[in-house]
Amino acid sequence: MAAGVHAAEIVPLDDFAQRMQPCAACHGKEGRPATEGYSPRIAGKPAGYLYEQLLNFRDGRRVSPMMSYMVDRQSEAYLRRMAEFFAQQEFPYATPRVVRRDAASMARGEQLVRKGDAAHSIPACMTCHGQQLTGIAPAVPGLLGLPQYYLAAQLNSWRQGLRHARAPDCMAEIAQALQPDDVDAVSAWLASQPVPRDARAPLQRFDAPLRCGSLEPR
Amino acid sequence: MTKALRVAMVALLLLIGGVTLVAWLGLRSDRSEESIAPVIASDLQDHLARGRYLALAGNCRGCHTERGGADYAGGRVIATSFGEFRTPNLTPDAETGIGRWSENDFWRAMHEGKRPDNTPLYPAFPYTHYTKISRADVAALYAYLQSVPEVNKRNLAHSLQFPYDQRWLLVAWRALFFRPGAYQMVATQDERWNRGAYLVQGLGHCGACHDARNALGAIRRQTDAAGGVIHNWYAPALNAAAEAGVAAGSEDQVIALLRTGLNEKAVTLGPMAEVVYNSLQHLRDEDLRAMAVYLRSLKAQASPPPAAAPRQSAETRMVANARGARDYADHCAGCHGQQGEGRVPATRALAGNRDVTMTPAMNVIRIVLQGGYAPGTVGNPQPFGMPPFGGTLSDERIADLVNYIRSAWGNDAPAVAGHEVARQRGGVLW
Repeated sequence: MAAGVHAAEIVPLDDFAQRMQPCAACHGKEGRPATEGYSPRIAGKPAGYLYEQLLNFRDGRRVSPMMSYMVDRQSEAYLRRMAEFFAQQEFPYATPRVVRRDAASMARGEQLVRKGDAAHSIPACMTCHGQQLTGIAPAVPGLLGLPQYYLAAQLNSWRQGLRHARAPDCMAEIAQALQPDDVDAVSAWLASQPVPRDARAPLQRFDAPLRCGSLEPR
Repeated sequence: MTKALRVAMVALLLLIGGVTLVAWLGLRSDRSEESIAPVIASDLQDHLARGRYLALAGNCRGCHTERGGADYAGGRVIATSFGEFRTPNLTPDAETGIGRWSENDFWRAMHEGKRPDNTPLYPAFPYTHYTKISRADVAALYAYLQSVPEVNKRNLAHSLQFPYDQRWLLVAWRALFFRPGAYQMVATQDERWNRGAYLVQGLGHCGACHDARNALGAIRRQTDAAGGVIHNWYAPALNAAAEAGVAAGSEDQVIALLRTGLNEKAVTLGPMAEVVYNSLQHLRDEDLRAMAVYLRSLKAQASPPPAAAPRQSAETRMVANARGARDYADHCAGCHGQQGEGRVPATRALAGNRDVTMTPAMNVIRIVLQGGYAPGTVGNPQPFGMPPFGGTLSDERIADLVNYIRSAWGNDAPAVAGHEVARQRGGVLW
């Protein structure tokens, strides 16, 4: 059907993107915030992960007064559509701002991401978040293209019991096993990495080293 | 006997008499005749099904469930100017809930505001409204609550400021402000009006938010129309044409707002969106219509005169107005229209919108600051929402913007100041 546009008419505002306008205030137009600041990019994250987070905010497993307020009185069907809407957004990532840290810290960050730390029972990030670190659909988010503040705050929230995932909460176990300087090292390294051209999360089977409630079907 | 002793004796007797009178007024039982109140959902033969419907109509679960918690297991924080109340567990768990309560215990809590051991309940629990509910309806509610899954969850103590933490003072509060008594049919009105009044005044406890309260938290009997404040939102007066009065609107408009969370003129946000989502959207047509009939019959009262707006020079006003107009064009006009006319179905007109123009400005400030979605109801499953601007605009710019929309396109409302915006920032968002 050809869309006839009549400039003189008031165009009704009635599409799904219009419904998602409130999200743009923090997550940026098209779900892409500026690289500085705190709010994470949501565009292109796996739908299962995004939906799980909306429920986490609704049910208080994650703490954000604004997010809880926004999702509180909505049906699960609508929340799922919101997640699918942002998951389908494919927009290029900006070049990351390299976070300045000394070489030892960067090396430690890279080691945790690629190899983990067996002595402290910390699996490599790549085991679950993908060799490209762009996540694994439908439930595991990518770790690139996010502000360092945001990454560090999530790990610290898990360490302090302010962020939870559905039990068993594997990321809480991992975050609590991190050593004092590890949160900064790993978040600085991740935030400094360029995002591959194809940043979509592939749909793959993988063996998680821990049991994760968020990977279990709802 | 010396004169001093005689005076002391008389004073003592007066004191004892006074205390006895207050205690009697505050703790007496209701011995009045059971009235014949309208029966809600009378076609539901099953006691439990009727009780479940009544629990929805009263939105019991709304307050008695915490975020992510089990239904009716309590723990939700109700913040008031007296401190924080923590709602109790209503599940039939014998140890931590109301599993040991008899039906009569439950009746006395609802009707007289007393625990089984006779201690008075805080009126944050709106027994001042529930006292109007008929015994038959309370019995159905009791049966339903005794049927929900048991949850062993200990009640948390309220966290109230002195002297409100002294529960015994409630005896005096009750002597002053509370008379138990079920709803009395108004003979001059028809069955539908009475059903609406019964629902609005009793189980629906609409006045718990929409009526103004005095300094001691009692609902004010007033001649002017004033609403209440709940969770940092202003619950507009239901009997004021300038606020939420519906005498001029149609029944269908009222029903649409209550059932779907919006109509062509207004959208519910804040605590009212929660009431629509949890409670009103589930009510039967006959009950919503009865509520609409009753609400439309409320006599419009004059709103109190607005407080004097801050004095500003004409030049200051002009500059501020230009700033507000610029921010309106940049941030608002795309969705609300150049002339505040609104763009259906996403947005409502701001021109002539009472939520914009009513004298207490906290809601319009709050909506600009924190945005929000209309409730996602069966009748409006994918609502539009307003973006929050609290993160991008300063207090002063939001004040200018609010003043612009309160004075443009024929709107004529008192101005707000930047510090009023600052006051609405932060806290729990509802």
